[in-house]
This record gives sequence, C-alpha cells and structure tokens, in this order.
Amino acid sequence: MNFLISGQHINPVYLTIIGFAVGVMGGFFGVGGSFLAGPALFATGLPMNFVVGTDLAHIVGKSIVATRKHWLLGNVDMKLGILMSMGTILGIEIGAQGIEIFKQRAQVDLVVGVVFIVVLIFISAFMGWESWQTLNSKRRAPKRKGIQNPLARADSSVFDYVPRKIHRIRLWPMISFPESGIKRMSVWIVWMVAVVGGIFSGFLGGGAGYIRMPALVYLLGIPTHVAVGTDLFEIIISASYGTITHGIKGNVDIMVALVMHTGAAVGAQIGVMLTKYFVGPWIRLAFFPLPLLGAALIIYGLVTGHNFK
Amino acid sequence: MKKKFQFSELTPYLLEIPLYALLVVGYFFLVLHLLFGRLKVLFDNHRVYYAFAALGLIAIQGIVLDLLTSLLLKFIRPHLKGGPQ
Repeated sequence: MNFLISGQHINPVYLTIIGFAVGVMGGFFGVGGSFLAGPALFATGLPMNFVVGTDLAHIVGKSIVATRKHWLLGNVDMKLGILMSMGTILGIEIGAQGIEIFKQRAQVDLVVGVVFIVVLIFISAFMGWESWQTLNSKRRAPKRKGIQNPLARADSSVFDYVPRKIHRIRLWPMISFPESGIKRMSVWIVWMVAVVGGIFSGFLGGGAGYIRMPALVYLLGIPTHVAVGTDLFEIIISASYGTITHGIKGNVDIMVALVMHTGAAVGAQIGVMLTKYFVGPWIRLAFFPLPLLGAALIIYGLVTGHNFK
Repeated sequence: MKKKFQFSELTPYLLEIPLYALLVVGYFFLVLHLLFGRLKVLFDNHRVYYAFAALGLIAIQGIVLDLLTSLLLKFIRPHLKGGPQ
C-alpha cells in the first residue's frame, strides 16, 4: 500500500499487527506502546520525523479506547490528569521544536534513534531491577508494618521512601489527590514530571508512558493501576496537541496512523482484561523486556539501513 | 497474581478478532481508500486544516471502533454457553 503523504510503501497487515500488539500493551501496561510502535515504524523505512508525529497521532485514538476501559474500572484520577496535561503540552512543544532543528540539519534519524536506544535500555534495566527487588523484599518480609491493605501491600515498591520524601517538600501551591491517596504535594513537582514527560513525547513520539508511568509510581507515589489509567487519560489531551503541532510541521502521515489504529482498538480490550490477573510488581516485571525489543529494532534500522515493509 | 486466569474469559475476544478483521478489511476499501487523495491535497496545500483533520479522523475512528468492538462482544457473549455475561 502506497502512503502518499510520507511517500512510503508499507504493508497494511504489518501496520495492523503492530497496532494490535501496541493495543494489548497499552491496555495492560498503561503505556502508549511507542517504545515498540516507534521502532517498528522506523523499521519500515519511515523517516524519524514521520515516526514521531504519526505515532503521536495514532495513540490519540488508542488512548480514547483504553481510557474508557480504565475509567470504568475506576483507575483514572481526573484532577491529576488535567494538571499534568498542562505541563506535558509545554514539554511536547519543546520536543517538537527539537525535531525541527535536527530535521533542518538532516540528522533527525540518527539523533532521535540514538536517544531512543539510550532511553529504552535505561528504562528496561531500571524497571526490571526494581520489580525484582520489590518481589524479593516481599518474599523476605511479607507483612510490612504500616501497610494493612492487601492490595496496597501488593502494589508497594522498594522505592516507597522516595514519594514520601517528595510529598514532604513544601513548595507552594500544594494540592491533594484523594483518588490517588495523596494528601498534599507541590504543584511544581507534578508539573516538572509532566514537562519532562512531554519533552520525551514531543521528541521521541508516542505518549512517553515509558518515562511518565515510572515517574508517577516511583516519584509521585501514585498506585500502579491509577497511574496506568491517569497516564492514558492525560495522553488524550497532550497527544492531541502533539498531533496538531507535528501535523502543521508536516510530520504526520495520518493514513499510517489510521491503518495501525484498527488493530489497536481490539488489542486494547484484551490488554485491559488481562490487568485483572496481575498486581503492580508483576505488571512492571513483565514490562521490562519490551523496550529492549524496541531498541533492537532501531539498532537494526540504523546499522543496516534495511527495512521490512 | 491477583486472580486465577480463566481461559473462558478470553474466548469472546478470540471470536471477536476474525469478525472484527472482516469489518476492518471492508473499512480499508470503503473509507480509507476514498480519503487517500483528499488528505494528500490537504497536506500539500493547507497544512493547518490537515493537522486538525488528522486529529478529528483519529479521534472519531477511536470512538467508532471502540463502539464496534463493544457491540461485537455484546453480540458474542450471550451465544457462548457458560461464558462470562
């Protein structure tokens, strides 16, 4: 199938299968799946600026589907999502301007590719290590003092002390998030996390859930299931802005996004259904090999220049 | 693990996929094929309109496909004896 906007010839079945896999992961892990969708699009020969813009457009449709499912399960903290989206939009614009700079210098594939690889390897190593430590610490001390609720205990992390310290920072204005069980936290910290996530989103494409989800869990102390749903809700707003700004800059092939999304719609349902069977650390442990697959696809594309359409 | 995995809960989804695939193939030919040329013209000549059209299309498709997949599951589940209702 010829995609006239990006000028690429790509098999629509390949795009639909990517969309399906990304949909399952989006529903299950609560990340947009750009750590796999982006590299998989790059492997087709799509230039990196189109990969970034098209992936952002694709996740708008996918996030609408997945957010609705998480909303019904009560996993969305609306107040946190709206507050974060303000910071994310600023970050996305910064990232999109970065893409324009490297596009003009004809270095966008190399620079974005290398940054993508570094980020994916780091995220994978960190999440795998953390989940393993958390599961081991539970085996050694199954009932820790102060955590009476079995679900909260199941969702605890070895980094539980980090959000506790962050919640103690008194940098006005302060805000509470009752739906996430947070009594007081500085608005500036929430925005800082959002802006950083937005920069990754605007520069590498997708919703940057691979950076925002760990930040929500380990830094802000949001329960994993609420972090998943809230991240998806926030992505709808921020990725919509990303689609418009990248669309105006000529970085979006919407036909690629539409075809890919047809697979994501059905995949997301299966992903959300699977979350009923797993608790926080197990979800995080299952997540860690996936970014490595994305990194391998980018290395393949950069080193060989070959692509499978 | 939070809850024991039951294969029966996956069955409606496995039946849904081939039905959905048929509908999507029809959608490719009827809708996306017609959009191709028009979107290219918009991309070349009116980039701002193109950006908003792109957002509108993906959002509408997201909602419509979600409704479609939900309807398919509602249709399939009652036909599965002993399956989750």
